Amino acid sequence: MQVSKYLRKWFPLFALPTTLAFILAFVVPFAMGLYLSFTKFTTVTNSQWVGVSNYVQAFSENKDFLNALWFSLRFTVVSAILVNVLAFALALALTRALKGTNVFRAIFFLPNLIGGIVLGYVWQLLINALLGKFFSQDLTYDSAYGFWGLVILVNWQMIGYMMVIYIAGIQNISADVIEAADIDGASFWPKLIHVTIPMVASSVTICVFLTVANCLKLFDQNLALTAGAPQNQTEGLALNIFRTFYLIRNHQGVGQAKAVIFFVFVAVIAFLQLRATRSKELDG
Amino acid sequence: MKERNKAFNVVGFLAMLVLAIIWLVPLALILMNSFKGNLFISQSPFALPNDASYVGTSNYSSGLSKANFFVAVGWSFFITIASVAVIILVTSMAAWYIARVKAWYTSVLYYLLVFSMIVPFQMVMFTMSKVANMTHLDNPFGIIVMYAGFGAGLSVFIFTGFVRSIPIEIEEAAMIDGASAWKVFFRVIFPILRPTAITIAVLNAMWIWNDYLLPTLVLTTGYKTIPMAVQQYMTGSYGRKDMGGFMAMLVVAIIPIIIFYLFGQKYIIKGVAAGAVKG
Repeated sequence: MQVSKYLRKWFPLFALPTTLAFILAFVVPFAMGLYLSFTKFTTVTNSQWVGVSNYVQAFSENKDFLNALWFSLRFTVVSAILVNVLAFALALALTRALKGTNVFRAIFFLPNLIGGIVLGYVWQLLINALLGKFFSQDLTYDSAYGFWGLVILVNWQMIGYMMVIYIAGIQNISADVIEAADIDGASFWPKLIHVTIPMVASSVTICVFLTVANCLKLFDQNLALTAGAPQNQTEGLALNIFRTFYLIRNHQGVGQAKAVIFFVFVAVIAFLQLRATRSKELDG
Repeated sequence: MKERNKAFNVVGFLAMLVLAIIWLVPLALILMNSFKGNLFISQSPFALPNDASYVGTSNYSSGLSKANFFVAVGWSFFITIASVAVIILVTSMAAWYIARVKAWYTSVLYYLLVFSMIVPFQMVMFTMSKVANMTHLDNPFGIIVMYAGFGAGLSVFIFTGFVRSIPIEIEEAAMIDGASAWKVFFRVIFPILRPTAITIAVLNAMWIWNDYLLPTLVLTTGYKTIPMAVQQYMTGSYGRKDMGGFMAMLVVAIIPIIIFYLFGQKYIIKGVAAGAVKG
């Protein structure tokens, strides 16, 4: 008896619920979004075709979108490097025979479970309290505060998550390899660079991709920590798109065009990541 | 060599201990200030509560009732639990179908679902809220459909990968014995999928509980979740900001997460490692 043949007629029961929800929540909104980016509209029913003018306007109208892009890029590069270096260092430390490693891991991982809005306000209160105490200033005083505040917040949130993935990678290295290196008398740094890091290369690719993707898409934390203050200088891509849609009059078309650009940007990075992972798998 | 290692471990332990304490400072600060009066929160945020600044649990009672916070807590629980239950049920069934039925439409569905994983929410946020509005799914019950649809990608992807590793002979044997597809799925397949289902439940629960933008755009006015209530409290017009009440609100928002973590730590960490595969 062929399972495929037998199961085929059961589509309505097994696959239809997911298919319907997926069409309503993704397929239709995606297709409509793509179409609407070439139109002028305020609701989805009054759209008028305007060609690529929304795309032109996204860049030409003012510098806000480019500034947001530049902010997101700087923020993503700095955060991705810091998060990964620190998470890897923690993973190395916590795979040694230290006391209480499980408790430490649990504590470092904890912030990851808390949502972006709550995290943003927790850090807003902490950073403003510190800035107030030492400089009598707050987060809206200088965009550098907002930038580094967001970097610190995201490090606090993501390090534990990446640490868990690195720990799994390090524990998968076979004991033989480590032993061989020890017998050869390899000291800490050569062993790290020539043995440990190459052996966890796939974890590194995953973690770098996850941090890059999450930093580019960051919205909640950005909104709660600074909401772009001062004067949109700490506004990332996702926040800029949201505000174009909902805060600027008659800019839904431009907002949707920006969203399409954002999507293409994220998709290209995802594609590069996939290729990098594939080629590594072929090598190894 | 042994001595050196021992010394290294002591230093390492102390370093980790200091770091762990620093790690908990932001949360401790919120907890501490939630028991202090407004004036003391702004003037001496780092001081422990003392006789003058301690206000008991009045921040909790005043702040939470003012913003109707407990209603938001209720909706957050309802939306998270119901959506996760629906996602687990329908996506595991769809994944079995996709993995076992060889047809053009299962391939199309599968690749569309995988594709949806890389699409940022901003791409569909405006149109999704319009679709929800037109189909009258803009309430805490309808939003379950939106979560099932937008979250289907990751869940089906992980489930399908797992179903493909189950030897098909088990199902064939059951079907030869005359079991219906329904029975085969719930008696044979779903029990095997259980560990994967727990992983997927954890991943979706973390996402939906903390999600801010989707419910903000999809739900009609009158319904709030915790992240929405927190955001509105800080940006809305509640008169002079009651920071004590806000601290209490943050503590109440975090407590369910900590309880969830204490009970499900093993599954949560495992879920994270499994969820990373989606990259």
